[in-house]
Amino acid sequence: MKLLIANGHLIDPAAPENTGMSVLIEDGKVTAWLRPGEAAPNDAEVFDASGLLVAPGFIDMHVHLREPGQEHKETIASGCAAAVAGGWTSVCPMPNTNPVNDNAAITRYMIEQAERAGLANVFPIGAITKSSDGSELAEMGEMKAAGAVAVSDDGRPVPSAGIMRRAMQYARDFGLPVIDHCEDKSLSSGGVMHEGRVSLLLGLKGMPALAEDIDVVRDILLAKETGTHIHIAHVSTKGAIEAIRRAKNEGIRVTCEVTPHHFTLTDRAVDGTRTSGRNSGETQTDIRVPYDTNTKMAPPLRSEEHLEALLEAIKDGTIDAIATDHAPHHADEKSLEYDRAPFGITGLETAIGLAFNELVHKGVIGLERLVELCSANPAKILGLEGRGTLKPGSIADVTVIDPSLTWTYRNADSRSKSKNSPFDGWTFQGAAVAAFVAGRLAYKR
Amino acid sequence: MEKPFRRWDLLGIRTLSAAEINGILDTAENFREIDTREIKKVPALRGKTVSNLLFENSTRTRTSFELAAKRLSADAVNISVSSSSVSKGETLLDTALNLDAMQPDCIVVRHSSAGVPHQLARVSKAAIINAGDGANEHPTQALLDAMTIREHKKKIEGLNVAIIGDIIHSRVARSNIHLLTKLGAKVKVAGPGTLVPKDLEHLISQNHLRERVGSATDGEQQNPPGNAGGSGLLTVCGHVEDAIRGADVVMILRIQRERQDSAYFPTLREYAIHYGLTNDRLGLAKKDVIVLHPGPMNRGIEISSEVADSSRSLILDQVKYGVTVRMAVLYLATGGAVVRL
Repeated sequence: MKLLIANGHLIDPAAPENTGMSVLIEDGKVTAWLRPGEAAPNDAEVFDASGLLVAPGFIDMHVHLREPGQEHKETIASGCAAAVAGGWTSVCPMPNTNPVNDNAAITRYMIEQAERAGLANVFPIGAITKSSDGSELAEMGEMKAAGAVAVSDDGRPVPSAGIMRRAMQYARDFGLPVIDHCEDKSLSSGGVMHEGRVSLLLGLKGMPALAEDIDVVRDILLAKETGTHIHIAHVSTKGAIEAIRRAKNEGIRVTCEVTPHHFTLTDRAVDGTRTSGRNSGETQTDIRVPYDTNTKMAPPLRSEEHLEALLEAIKDGTIDAIATDHAPHHADEKSLEYDRAPFGITGLETAIGLAFNELVHKGVIGLERLVELCSANPAKILGLEGRGTLKPGSIADVTVIDPSLTWTYRNADSRSKSKNSPFDGWTFQGAAVAAFVAGRLAYKR
Repeated sequence: MEKPFRRWDLLGIRTLSAAEINGILDTAENFREIDTREIKKVPALRGKTVSNLLFENSTRTRTSFELAAKRLSADAVNISVSSSSVSKGETLLDTALNLDAMQPDCIVVRHSSAGVPHQLARVSKAAIINAGDGANEHPTQALLDAMTIREHKKKIEGLNVAIIGDIIHSRVARSNIHLLTKLGAKVKVAGPGTLVPKDLEHLISQNHLRERVGSATDGEQQNPPGNAGGSGLLTVCGHVEDAIRGADVVMILRIQRERQDSAYFPTLREYAIHYGLTNDRLGLAKKDVIVLHPGPMNRGIEISSEVADSSRSLILDQVKYGVTVRMAVLYLATGGAVVRL
């Protein structure tokens, strides 16, 4: 079975390559690159990628697929459908399922459900501690053997530096990166948005940037001491960025990711002011809808200075990856008081649009860097062999993007079971138009 | 959502203009006379329904709104619901839609979470009056305080007003700061460092904040406190004495006893000694100072009994004007026109 993704513009920063090139795929693997005019085998099925960008499949290293346990929010099948529609050929679900993914049986179950769905690859992230309760270490070795690619207690970050130190010492034996959602809950508990001017205006309890900064600094010191690779999830503060930049300069094994919502929105979205990052002289202000629970997530949308620091870090390489933190919640759960609504928004289907609007079109980064952030680097961080590149011999996960397609995202059209995105009705230029997983067409727009 | 019957929501003071605030106060002045009649009832809102939707216990505010509605001949019903809609398995949206289906003209809502009145206003056909939402706003309290001040000082512009106590958790403080500064008073706040936001000046500098869109520098942590308010009408004082010195009005906030357990201050005794309003501290204010307290008072803690029972204290006037102001608000919310003096 041969497939030719023909006449596209290949962007493969791991190769590195950035040129017009057709990609030949056989039995799920890339076998050759063909320059324009080079003869293709005439028995290959042809996907015409003229005018389109062809990139190694995007890998979202931070999602919540809710299965097992909260299938009313999302299933692995519905989450994977949303993933491929958003251009992500691989996703890494966090372990905060019910039961928690703290053992090999759950890890295997997630992978099997993904295989049944037959859409995106699922690489589970196992728990650091049993039930993610921060006390006893989970069976990391067994989870790794079952297919887990990293460990994290995500939304319930390990509060004890002592346990975290042991977790890092132990994870190193298995080559597992430790991913931390950095939040010192003694500083942030009860908070529902960024602590600052807007929380003051709205009378909502704030979560100070300090709560993130302190935990990031702790983790960096532990990474330095243990030599374990620490990956900081959804970094959102200027202080965290500065600490990570310093640590990288010192050669400490630290990487980090940013979410599209954190590089797009500020805390003023909670007051109903719709804005997008810098250089946007045309701040869009809709009808003011304050206290929209789809602006509530952890870490919270931060203020302008933090967003500026994130953009700078995306530009200078301090930030390694873009990850969505796709966090589906049922409408019933979000239709509550702002204080009581759960944290989190969906993100799989809007990420590329936001990256184009806020990063590419505004000149923050170029296309190569975008592919690095969404594919090459996540593959490297998680040690995914044969992914994050389309060099001959690699696995044929391919994301095909139309950089000029203008489209409008609608929650109602989302493939996710949940519709909790603040970007409902936003218009983007740039979209995934096809996704191939191991050479098989998983999505076509 | 279309709101055929709605003229006006009162969600907070923050979004009102000085003219709108004065319009409400002038309308309230006109209703004062009703309270002095032998038969305290006018037919202004006959046939209208007012629902008091109380997610939070409050005898005083509920009674005040209920009396206000009844004096205008509206039908008033009180609906007390447990503190959260979640505990009933119902969403806030369900609660709002159910209530709305009973076709009230006006819903008065009090809730422990900020923003609930705004969320209800989005889906309800009735006019929404905020009777206190979390730590956000309590607009009718600020209006009745303003009415009390106007009565005794004949003006608000140029007055020095001290607000003392738990600022950070106080919707009363927040609404009063908005109202008083919009009408040109100078407000000084003081309280324990744990209970006064360090950058409180930003509360009244929204325009400044909006102008900053797109500017890269000037981060929030770089602004020294006191420089960012712009108008200079709001000052955070390091000591209670500094706030009270020269004040025309001293507003004392209620201390919630549970704050002690959350380590905001060590003991009520220490609070009373260092932050309580005593005769000695009040001596720093102008001779004709007036003292306000939103109630209920913790005597001997945030306010000494000597002060509370003195002629300077206008706490009972506040309660009286509470009914009047709420009559005006209900009248305007259900379609009445502003009465100009």
